Amino acid sequence: MTTVVAKEMADHLTSARMRVMEVLIVLIAAGTIYTAITNLRNSSGSDPFLFLRMFTLSQNPLPSFVAFLGFFVPIMAIALGFDSINGEYSRRTMSRILAQPIYRDALILGKFLASLATLAITLLALWLLVTGFGLLFLGVPPSGEEVLRGIGFLVVTIAYAGVWLALAMLLSTVFRQAATAALAALAVWLLFSVFWSMLVQLVSNAFVQPGGDLLGALQAAAERAQLEVALGRLSPNTLFGEATVALLNPETRSLGIVFFGQLQGAIIGSPLPLAQSLLLIWPHVTGLVAAAILLFTGTYVQFQRQEVRA
Amino acid sequence: MTELVIEANALTKRYGTITAVDGIDLKIRRGEVFGLLGPNGSGKTTTILMLLGLTDVTAGEVRVLGLDPARAPLAVKRRIGYMPDTVGFYDHLTARANLHYTGRLAGLDPRHLDGRTDAVLEQVGLTEAADRPTSTFSSGMLRRLGLADVLLKEPEVAILDEPTNGLDPSATLEFLKLITELKQRDITVLLSSHLLERVQAVCDRVALFYRGRIALEGTVSALAQQVLGGGYRIVLEAGGSDVRGALEDIPEVLAVTVDGQGSYKIEAKSDIRASVASRTVAAGGTITALSLEQPSLADVYAQYFEKVSDAA
Repeated sequence: MTTVVAKEMADHLTSARMRVMEVLIVLIAAGTIYTAITNLRNSSGSDPFLFLRMFTLSQNPLPSFVAFLGFFVPIMAIALGFDSINGEYSRRTMSRILAQPIYRDALILGKFLASLATLAITLLALWLLVTGFGLLFLGVPPSGEEVLRGIGFLVVTIAYAGVWLALAMLLSTVFRQAATAALAALAVWLLFSVFWSMLVQLVSNAFVQPGGDLLGALQAAAERAQLEVALGRLSPNTLFGEATVALLNPETRSLGIVFFGQLQGAIIGSPLPLAQSLLLIWPHVTGLVAAAILLFTGTYVQFQRQEVRA
Repeated sequence: MTELVIEANALTKRYGTITAVDGIDLKIRRGEVFGLLGPNGSGKTTTILMLLGLTDVTAGEVRVLGLDPARAPLAVKRRIGYMPDTVGFYDHLTARANLHYTGRLAGLDPRHLDGRTDAVLEQVGLTEAADRPTSTFSSGMLRRLGLADVLLKEPEVAILDEPTNGLDPSATLEFLKLITELKQRDITVLLSSHLLERVQAVCDRVALFYRGRIALEGTVSALAQQVLGGGYRIVLEAGGSDVRGALEDIPEVLAVTVDGQGSYKIEAKSDIRASVASRTVAAGGTITALSLEQPSLADVYAQYFEKVSDAA
């Protein structure tokens, strides 16, 4: 299996696809960071989490670094995964490889790990780049907690990339044509990144009918909001978004709806300690990892049962 | 009796309602070159995939080197080499790098891998092209690289699916020569093909596939005997008077057909060229040519399937 990992990683790192990705990522990252930093310079230096702001600040028309990653990481993962299995068939190498004394799972696990490692390396490089930019332009070293939160953010991003990579591999196993697999993966990506929130609203509106009196209307509104949150979290994009918000904005106390009564005694706007923030996003991270494992299991089952005839 | 390398009993594969392979029996001994012959879609590739454990067996039993390929896939795959009918390589890698990858997957000792790679590339005559990316290779070169890929792990059995597919006549001959070299090195070769004439030359025994069954099995000459009846076919070209009647009087003759002006085809139980000559002369004919025709698999095949379709 290590042989497969080594070969696949070498392939990825030298491929033209990777070059394009790298250039795009560095360019867009530099742009977003630049606007965030010019923004930060103008604001006061009293913010205790100045460094983390860099990741989340946005200025029209450029999105924040986090929003950009949420949007772009799936594309990267899909680009690495969409032809991993069916590519072997179309190159006619599959039966030759499987005639070697290796188990089939060694091949797909090797491919998955190689792509994930490639993504992790890219993201790590990007993360270091951004941090470096920050040090250079802000001139403020990050505090220990900021560094830890930043690393947490990196881990969550890799888990998020894993979900999309597993999805792309599943589709590349199901569809024999690489183009079909790529289109299907992009369709899913489009569904989650653009249409999901609209769909969620539609569904929750359809299911929860407002009551007659004021209390009923309030109750309905609360129910609807709860349903929206629950449905919204089926999307990996939402999970990633919420997890990064909680990590990078320490003031975040809750990610769902909060009733006024629950805020009793809370000092609004004061940051949570790191452990509490992690506690807050633990279900999200678990959800992302679980989704990746489920999708990979699907790939595994599909691939084991596949007829190797090429 | 020598050791059986491949053994199949009532091997069957069904895809839904379609039966691709219908209860075939095979026994292949060590050191043999065995040919699976038959038209496209007659179940040759499916049989091969079942022998390799790449496809599940619906019914029946397979033993490769005494092992069940479905239960002990790694042990079996370590000892057999397989070249698929459409052989492909990673385009962007060199021939050497491609072989290195399979060598590592096959679990060869990395320290000896360089030497092995050079040796097999030499054997198939690709030393010069070793460091070129395989995207620049012709299909003949790809086939030879495929064979190098099989030889790399020093298999006891080499299974080659349509090894001469898509090759021009001279490349085919060259390739078949490589296959005979395998036999000299005591590697059992199982190959499939629909090109009967070419394969006839290298196979010790053949099995003719027809609609998922083995229609005929044995050595080429035994099959000729069985299907063509006589087994000896003599071609005579003679001028002068009609000698057909005189030829039919020879006791060993089974049938005489006239192919045209003065051209006769004689099927006989033994080589009776001498008596054919004397009878022809005695009957007033002048011989221009007299030869014994080697029975060819194509004849066997054509004859056999004529019989089959006549019966149906």
